[in-house]
Amino acid sequence: MSDKTDKTEPRLSVFKTYKLYVGGKFPRSESGRVYEVTDSKGNWLANVPLSSRKDARDAVVAARKAFGAWSGATAYNRGQILYRVAEMLEGRREQFVREVADAEGLSKAKAAAVVDAAVDRWVWYAGWTDKIAQVVGGGNPVAGPFFNLSSPEPTGVVAVLAPQESSFLGLVSVIAPVIATGNTAVVIASEKSPLPALSLGEVLATSDLPGGVVNVLSGRTAEIAAPLAAHQDVNAIDLAGADEALAKELEIAAADNLKRVLRPQPVDFFATPGIDRMTAFLETKTVWHPTGSLGASGSSY
Amino acid sequence: MTIEKRSSAFEYAPAPESRSIVDIAPSYGLFIDGEFAEAADGKVFKTVSPSTEEVLSEVAQAGQADVDRAVQAARRAFAKWSALPGAERAKYLFRIARIIQERSRELAVLETLDNGKPIKETRDADLPLVAAHFFYYAGWADKLDHAGFGPAPKPLGVAGQVIPWNFPLLMLAWKIAPALATGNTVVLKPAETTPLSALFFADVCRQAGLPKGVVNILPGYGDAGAALVAHPDVNKVAFTGSTAVGKEIARTVAGTHKKLTLELGGKGANIVFDDAPIDQAVEGIVNGIFFNQGQVCCAGSRLLVQESIHDELLDSLKRRLSTLRLGDPLDKNTDIGAINSAEQLARITALAERGEAEGAERWSPACELPSSGYWFAPTLFTNVTQAHTIARDEIFGPVLSVLTFRTPDEAVAKANNTPYGLSAGIWTEKGSRILAVANKLRAGVIWSNTFNKFDPTSPFGGYKESGFGREGGRHGLEAYLDV
Repeated sequence: MSDKTDKTEPRLSVFKTYKLYVGGKFPRSESGRVYEVTDSKGNWLANVPLSSRKDARDAVVAARKAFGAWSGATAYNRGQILYRVAEMLEGRREQFVREVADAEGLSKAKAAAVVDAAVDRWVWYAGWTDKIAQVVGGGNPVAGPFFNLSSPEPTGVVAVLAPQESSFLGLVSVIAPVIATGNTAVVIASEKSPLPALSLGEVLATSDLPGGVVNVLSGRTAEIAAPLAAHQDVNAIDLAGADEALAKELEIAAADNLKRVLRPQPVDFFATPGIDRMTAFLETKTVWHPTGSLGASGSSY
Repeated sequence: MTIEKRSSAFEYAPAPESRSIVDIAPSYGLFIDGEFAEAADGKVFKTVSPSTEEVLSEVAQAGQADVDRAVQAARRAFAKWSALPGAERAKYLFRIARIIQERSRELAVLETLDNGKPIKETRDADLPLVAAHFFYYAGWADKLDHAGFGPAPKPLGVAGQVIPWNFPLLMLAWKIAPALATGNTVVLKPAETTPLSALFFADVCRQAGLPKGVVNILPGYGDAGAALVAHPDVNKVAFTGSTAVGKEIARTVAGTHKKLTLELGGKGANIVFDDAPIDQAVEGIVNGIFFNQGQVCCAGSRLLVQESIHDELLDSLKRRLSTLRLGDPLDKNTDIGAINSAEQLARITALAERGEAEGAERWSPACELPSSGYWFAPTLFTNVTQAHTIARDEIFGPVLSVLTFRTPDEAVAKANNTPYGLSAGIWTEKGSRILAVANKLRAGVIWSNTFNKFDPTSPFGGYKESGFGREGGRHGLEAYLDV
């Protein structure tokens, strides 16, 4: 019978269409372009969107729209959401181990170590959301009758060029500090290994993270980064994934609206991070108010 | 009673501060490696008193070769200076703070002569803050381990610093004090219209016994500043000045390892709600825009007043402006001094004319301007919209643009509708409104029910195109540490 012969055939798997993650949705590139992504041995893995300048601009609009609510959320709430990302990622551990192994040519054990470290990184930053203000802010003992308080605030919309080699742990290590403090992000995935980043979008979408807080684009880093570096509504840029020549070019473009620039630097992503990647995208706001003195009629200033 | 009569009812006899306390030499050199020296190409420029156009002195003008020499001197001094125990560096800075206190009357008169600002301000604001700034950072020099930047944070090396003319000695203090406390050495370029107090500071360094090369002072023009910023052996660039130049500097240091901090322009909103104490608000508005003739990056140059109290507030404000005394900056009664230069006066004049041309309504109190020097009467514009140039561009002069709003949301939206983000003011008796509005304003310094307050412990600096990095407080150390 034909039924019996069918059973010996291997089941044809269902491929995933990898798409961008912008404004909480999963669009294709508006350009209709894709490029081929292969594993470290050159085997075809997927066709992924080759984002255009327009996709970059759309992502900035989404990130700006999300900024008010995300920066205005309580730090406790942001911490819970980042922790939720870790929970969701843990549940998809096997998928990410496979994708990281394919992308970076790692053994299953090594890829698992990468994914575990990435999950733990979300947990680490989840705990930071409601502590960073006390570490970098505080009252200032001014020489006069004034209450004076400095507090950190998120810079705004941050363009993030994710590391090219460490396509997942590196990626998480640059996204989490940006959003932990209330910024929103437009992220350019590793050019040759974008699949873990695009899959992370699916995790973020199911982690109570409001749409637009993180937007993930795949494509040619230089092509997408140029309009982001020059964009007047982007407040800062992390150049982690840029080579020396591109970093210089982007830093020059970023000067047009005085973006905060984090230059590329060697990072051991397995090591516990410092707070630098958070403070790079924080402003300090200092508020003064007279304390006056208590007279017969109460306070005065 | 008319406004004119009211002001004439309060005639004051002149009470000029004596200038004999300061001895200005006919010429000054560059201060490099502990010595005063001529410029390599022998160039000099004159510095004048803006209130009289009198030439005060002739000053050597630094060029590229002098920048090279100064950077080399700072580099040579760096190894020893950075290796000194923090407690020893601290004592040098404490000495400097004390000497500035001792010489503060002399330096106040000097600053008033070279800058044109009232002696009341140099005496009561600039100089006390200068001394306090050195005293504050002195104390950090041996406590850097506890500053939150990890154990034994390292200095960067040679700091190239370029400062403006509006607070010459105070900006010098903001730059040099944290740089030295953290173990860096310095090459500083003062503005071309106000070089003298920096050169007197060189003498303070001499009196303090500061090792040669630790501080180098290069009077000069923009080309010297550009050469300093671009110098390959400079590790740190700090600039206070215009946003346009700040952007140029950011491009120059792109792709290098130089650490950069920028304190740039502003278009500060001073927001007055209908429940504000009017008299106090008026004092704050006046202080916000007429302190230092409005030549202040954090000036409250846009007054946002709630529509329901617009007329009442403007009446009070005009009455108060009519009592301001403009004239000899050395007179202790003077509220409004001279504009710093002919060039700045031309810029203010042009922008004010543009305000009129675009349809805003101009008003100044009756005000006689001296016949020589650079002067501009306190000016306010009403019927200003957000589209007007005078509501968008930094004027850097005694010109206030008045806009109105109806709701707190509208006030916040208008206040934030600028590429700048340095300062803002809030006037209201309702505490929760202060905090809610302060929370939404995108600016680095928010003064509520006060304005233009400064302190060495309080971080100062902007959001957006007002620059990045903070000066003052623990935050101010970061700019000079390799962290």
